[in-house]
Amino acid sequence: MSEEALRPHAEDAFAEELKALSAVDDRPRPARWRLSPWAVATYLMGGTLSDGTVISPKYVGPRRIIEVAVSTLATDRALLLLGVPGTAKTWVSEHLAAAVSGDSTLLVQGTAGTPEEAIRYGWNYAHLLAHGPSRAALVPGPVMRAMSGGGIARVEELTRIPADVQDTLITILSEKTLPIAELGEEVMAVRGFNLIATANDRDRGVNDLSSALRRRFNTVVLPLPATVEDEVDIVARRVDQIGRGIELPPVPEGTDEIRRVVTVFRELRDGITADGRTKVKSPSGTLSTAEAISVLTGGLALAAHFGDGVLRPSDVAAGILGAVVRDPAADRVIWLEYLESVVRERDGWKDFYRACREVTG
Amino acid sequence: MSVTHERPLLLGVRHHGPGSARAVRAALERYRPEALLVEGPPEADAVVGIAAQEGLRPPVALLAHAADDPARAAFWPFAEFSPEWVAIRWALGRDVPVRFIDLPAAHTLALPDEADEESGQEAAARVDPLAVLAGAAGHDDPERWWEDVVEHRADGGPDADPLAPFTALAEAMTALRERHADGGHPRDAVREAHMRLRIREAAREHDRTAVVCGAWHVPALAAPATATADRQTLRGLPKVRTEITWVPWTHRRLRRRSGYGAGIDSPGWYRHLFTAPDRPLVRWMTAVAGLLRAEDRQVSSAHVIEAVRLAETLAGMRGRPLAGLAETMDAVRAVMCEGSQLPLALIHDRLVVGDDLGEVPDTAPAVPLARDLARQQRTLRLKPEAAERELDLDLRQGTDAARSRLLHRLALLGIPWGEPVRSRTANTGTFRESWRLRWEPELAVRVAEAGVWGTTVESAATAKAEDTAVAAAQLAEVTALAERCLLAALPDALPTVLRVLTDKAALDADVGHLAQALPALVRSARYGDVRGTDAGALREVAEGIALRICVGLPPACVALDEAGATEMRGHLDAVHSAVGLLAADRPGERWTAVLTSLATRDSTVAGTIRGRAARLLLDEGRFDAAWAARLMGLALSPGSTPRDAAGWLDGFLSGGGVLLVHDGQLLALIDGWLSAVPDEAFTDVLPLVRRTFAEFEPGVRRTVGELVRRGPGAAGPGAAEAYGNGFGEGLDAARADAVLPTLRLLLGTGAQVGLKEGSSA
Repeated sequence: MSEEALRPHAEDAFAEELKALSAVDDRPRPARWRLSPWAVATYLMGGTLSDGTVISPKYVGPRRIIEVAVSTLATDRALLLLGVPGTAKTWVSEHLAAAVSGDSTLLVQGTAGTPEEAIRYGWNYAHLLAHGPSRAALVPGPVMRAMSGGGIARVEELTRIPADVQDTLITILSEKTLPIAELGEEVMAVRGFNLIATANDRDRGVNDLSSALRRRFNTVVLPLPATVEDEVDIVARRVDQIGRGIELPPVPEGTDEIRRVVTVFRELRDGITADGRTKVKSPSGTLSTAEAISVLTGGLALAAHFGDGVLRPSDVAAGILGAVVRDPAADRVIWLEYLESVVRERDGWKDFYRACREVTG
Repeated sequence: MSVTHERPLLLGVRHHGPGSARAVRAALERYRPEALLVEGPPEADAVVGIAAQEGLRPPVALLAHAADDPARAAFWPFAEFSPEWVAIRWALGRDVPVRFIDLPAAHTLALPDEADEESGQEAAARVDPLAVLAGAAGHDDPERWWEDVVEHRADGGPDADPLAPFTALAEAMTALRERHADGGHPRDAVREAHMRLRIREAAREHDRTAVVCGAWHVPALAAPATATADRQTLRGLPKVRTEITWVPWTHRRLRRRSGYGAGIDSPGWYRHLFTAPDRPLVRWMTAVAGLLRAEDRQVSSAHVIEAVRLAETLAGMRGRPLAGLAETMDAVRAVMCEGSQLPLALIHDRLVVGDDLGEVPDTAPAVPLARDLARQQRTLRLKPEAAERELDLDLRQGTDAARSRLLHRLALLGIPWGEPVRSRTANTGTFRESWRLRWEPELAVRVAEAGVWGTTVESAATAKAEDTAVAAAQLAEVTALAERCLLAALPDALPTVLRVLTDKAALDADVGHLAQALPALVRSARYGDVRGTDAGALREVAEGIALRICVGLPPACVALDEAGATEMRGHLDAVHSAVGLLAADRPGERWTAVLTSLATRDSTVAGTIRGRAARLLLDEGRFDAAWAARLMGLALSPGSTPRDAAGWLDGFLSGGGVLLVHDGQLLALIDGWLSAVPDEAFTDVLPLVRRTFAEFEPGVRRTVGELVRRGPGAAGPGAAEAYGNGFGEGLDAARADAVLPTLRLLLGTGAQVGLKEGSSA
C-alpha cells in the first residue's frame, strides 16, 4: 500500500493495534484466525490491553452486537449486517475482515448489474482462446480467493444484487464448495473461510433475499445512534466535511438547527418524543442519519447561495418535508399531526413551526 | 441450646433461584432433617398443610393482612422453582414438620412501612449483597454472576458434597456482613432475632433441623447470641390481629418486589432451568422455535441447531460457563428472528416471563378481598341475595353513590352482581342509575379469583383496570374503560388508562377509530364533572384526539365507496356533537375549518359527506342560507352526477327537513334539480331520494309536498313568511308574542327572544 493512499485499508491503518492485540492474545483462535474472537471484539470496541496499548474504538454502539457478529463468524455461519444507511455497516464489515483474516480487500460490491462472474470466477479470454479451458485461464473472484485462502469475503449491498445472482451464494455457503463446471473441478473452502454481507433493511424495491439464502445467514441489525448527542455529533461532523468538500461556508457556531433536524428525525423514527411523553406515528421513509445529513447540507447550500449565509429554519423546512413525506397521502397526515401536536407546543420552535407550515401548506 | 443436639443446618438461598432450589433439594436429601424451618411469617404454620394438597399449584403466595384493614397486606410468593417451595414440598411429602420463622406478620404489618422508613435514610447505605460479591469477583452484573456461580451450577456428580455450596456461600456472606453490618436494612436485626429464637425452640425438640432462608441472613443466624438478648430485641413491638391465606399468583407478578424483597425478571426462564431434565439450552431453543412456528414464522430444526451453537460460542466469548438468558436471546434474534425485535418481544412475554397462573384449593381461608366486600356490603346495606331485585340509586346521595361505585368496581373485576338497567322512573338524568341485583353462588368463586388483583375491592379494581388497559388491542376498548374507571371512581387507575389511551390514539392511523372513541371520552369528561372527579386530564386527552381527527379527517374522506361514505358521515355527526360538548375554543375553530374544507371540496369527497358538512355548518350558524344555497346549487348543477347529487341531498337533509319548509330558495333548487334529472338517471337516484324524504316527519313531508304543489311562485324572497297548508297569510303577531314568556323561561332569563322587541325587560 503506497504512502499516498487517500484511504488506506483497515488492516494497514490499524496495523499497530492488530499487532499489539495479537501479542497479548492468549485465548484460543479458530483455524486461520489472526486473533481470538475476544480480541476481535476488543479491536472493534476499543479498550486498553494488559501491556498498556490503547485500542481505539472503531464502532460506537452496544458491545453485545459486535459480540454476536464475531461469534457468528466463529461458528462458521455467514454474517448479514442489516441497518439503515449511515449505521456503519460497511465500516464494521471491513474491520471485522481485517481483524479476523488480516485482509479486508476480498470485496464484491453489489449493484443491480453485479454478474455471476463477480461472485464466482471469470476467464482470461486471451488465455482461454489460446490454450483452451484450464485453471490457468481462470480468473478467480474475491469469494473464490477467500475460499481457497481461508479468509473472509465481503459482499456489500447484497440486496441490490439480482436474485438469481444472489442465489449462487447458496452452494458456497451450504456446501462450502464452488464447482467449476467448465473444468469438471471444484474449489473447496478451507477452514477459516466465511462471508460478511451488508444490506439496507428499509430500502424497499430491491431484491429481497430468498428464504433459502436467508437462513444461511445470522442477522445482526446495526442500530441507529443511541442518543441525540451521539447523532448530533455524527451529523455535525459529516455536514462539516461535506460542506468543505463543496466549498460551502463552515457550519455556524452553535448547532441549534442541526440539533433540531436530528430531534425531528429521531422522534419521527422512534415514534416517541424526546421527553418520552407523547407517541407519534412514524412515516414510511427511513429518516436515517444519512438523510439528516443531506437535509442539512441542502439547507446550508440554500442559506449560502440564496439566504444570508446563516442556517435558518426556513432553509431546512423544505428538506425535512421532502425526507418525511414520501407517501403524499399517509405521510402528510403524519407530518401534520406531528407539527400540530408536538412542534407547535414546543418552546423556541415557533419559527420552525411557521416555516414548516408554510412549505407544507 | 441443648448440647447433645446438632447445630441446625443453615441453607442460604437466593429467593426464586432455580439453582438454589436444586441445591436445597440435594442438601435435604443428604441431611434428612427432622424439622424444616423456612423464612416466612409464623402465622403460616396453620395453613402450610394446604401446600401438600393436589389443588394447590404454584405460582402461589402466602398473603397476610390486618384483619380489620385488608389494604394492609404482605405477600410471600412461591414459584415452582423457589427453594422455599421445594423445601416445603419435600418436608410435607415426608411428614417432616414445617415451621416459618420470620418475624410474625402481626408485627410486620403493625410496623410502619419499611420502604417509607428507608426513604428518609441514605439510599446508598442499602447494600446489595450480590452486587458486592459479584464486584469482588470482577463481574459487573450481580444477577449474571449469581447465575454463573450458583444457579447454573451443573450437578456435581454423585460424589459432590451437596452441602459444599452452602458452606462457601455462608463464608462469603459472613465476610460481607462483617463489613456492612445490617447493610441498610434496620429491621433485619429484629427479624433475625426472631429467627434465632424459633430455631432454638425447634432445636430443643428435634435432633436435626434444617433452615431455608435468604443467604444474607445465614451469618446472623449462625452468630452466637443469647436468647435473653434476642427477647430483649423483640420486646415492645406493635401488633395487629392478622389473617393469613394462600392466593393464586402469576409469573408476571413474580417480577414485582414483595415480601421476599427481590423481584425476578425472567420467571419463565428460571422455571425452564429448574424443570428441564437435561440440555436446558437445546430444550429452550426448541420451545422458542415452537412458539415462533405457532406465530407462522418459518423456523427449521437447522435454525435451532445454529442458535444453540451461537449461544454457546457467545457464552464462551463472554467467559461464562453456560449460556445465560442474554446469550440465548442474542442468538435467537440473530438466527431465528432475522435481527428483528418484534418476535423477540413475543418470546419475552410468553416464554421468558410466561403467563402461568397458580391455583389454590377451596379449603384455603377466604381471601381478604371477600372480607372487604362483605364489610362494604354491611356498611352499604346491600345484602347478597339470590333473588333478583332492582335498585334505583340517586347519585347525589352519599350512600347511593358509594353503592354505585361498589357495583361498578365489581363489574370491572368480572363479578357481575349488578347489571345496569334502564331506569324505571321516567326522569332519567345523569344523577340516576338503576341496577338489577342477583347474587349467584358462583360469584363467590369469582371473588376468590379476583383476589389475585388486590386485597380490597378498590385496589383490586384499580389493578385490574390498569392491566386491562395495557392489554387492550383497540382504542375503543380503552375509551370505554376510561369511562368505567370514572363511574367506579378509580382515580388511581386513570393515569395508566389515559396514558395507554393517548398512546393508542397517537398510533391509530384509522380516523374512524378515533371518531368512535371521542364521544365516549367527552361523555366521560362530563360525567367526571357530575361526580366530582377531576376530569381535567381526560379533557386534555379528548382535546388531543379531537386535534388528531381534525388533521386526519379530510384525507380520510377522499375516494370512499358508498358504504364507507355513509359510515364516515356517521363519524362526522358524532365528532361534531362531541366537539360541541367539549366546548373548547381551539378544537372548535379547527373543526369548523375542517367542515368548511369538506363542504367546499370537489366530488372526490362523497356527496353525502359534503352535504352533511354543509348542513352542520349551517345549523351552527357559521354560514347563512345564501351560502348553503350556493353550495347546493353547485352540488346539484348539471356538472355533477345525479348519484352524487342525491348523496349530497341525503347528507344535507338527513335529520330533519323543516329547513325546506322555511327556505323556499333551497326547496326551489331541489325541485329544479329533480325535474332536470334525465330519465335513465332518475331510476338510479330515486331510491336514494325517496329514502331521504322518507326520513322526514309526516307533517314536514306533507308541507313540503304542498309547497311544491303550489309551484315556484310561492317560493321566493321573503319565503320565511310563506304559509303552508292550513295556515293563514303572514304572522299573527299577537299569538306569536304569547309564547314568548315560556320561551324565555326555557332559554334562561334575559335571553333575547322576540320577533319584534329588540330587548326584553
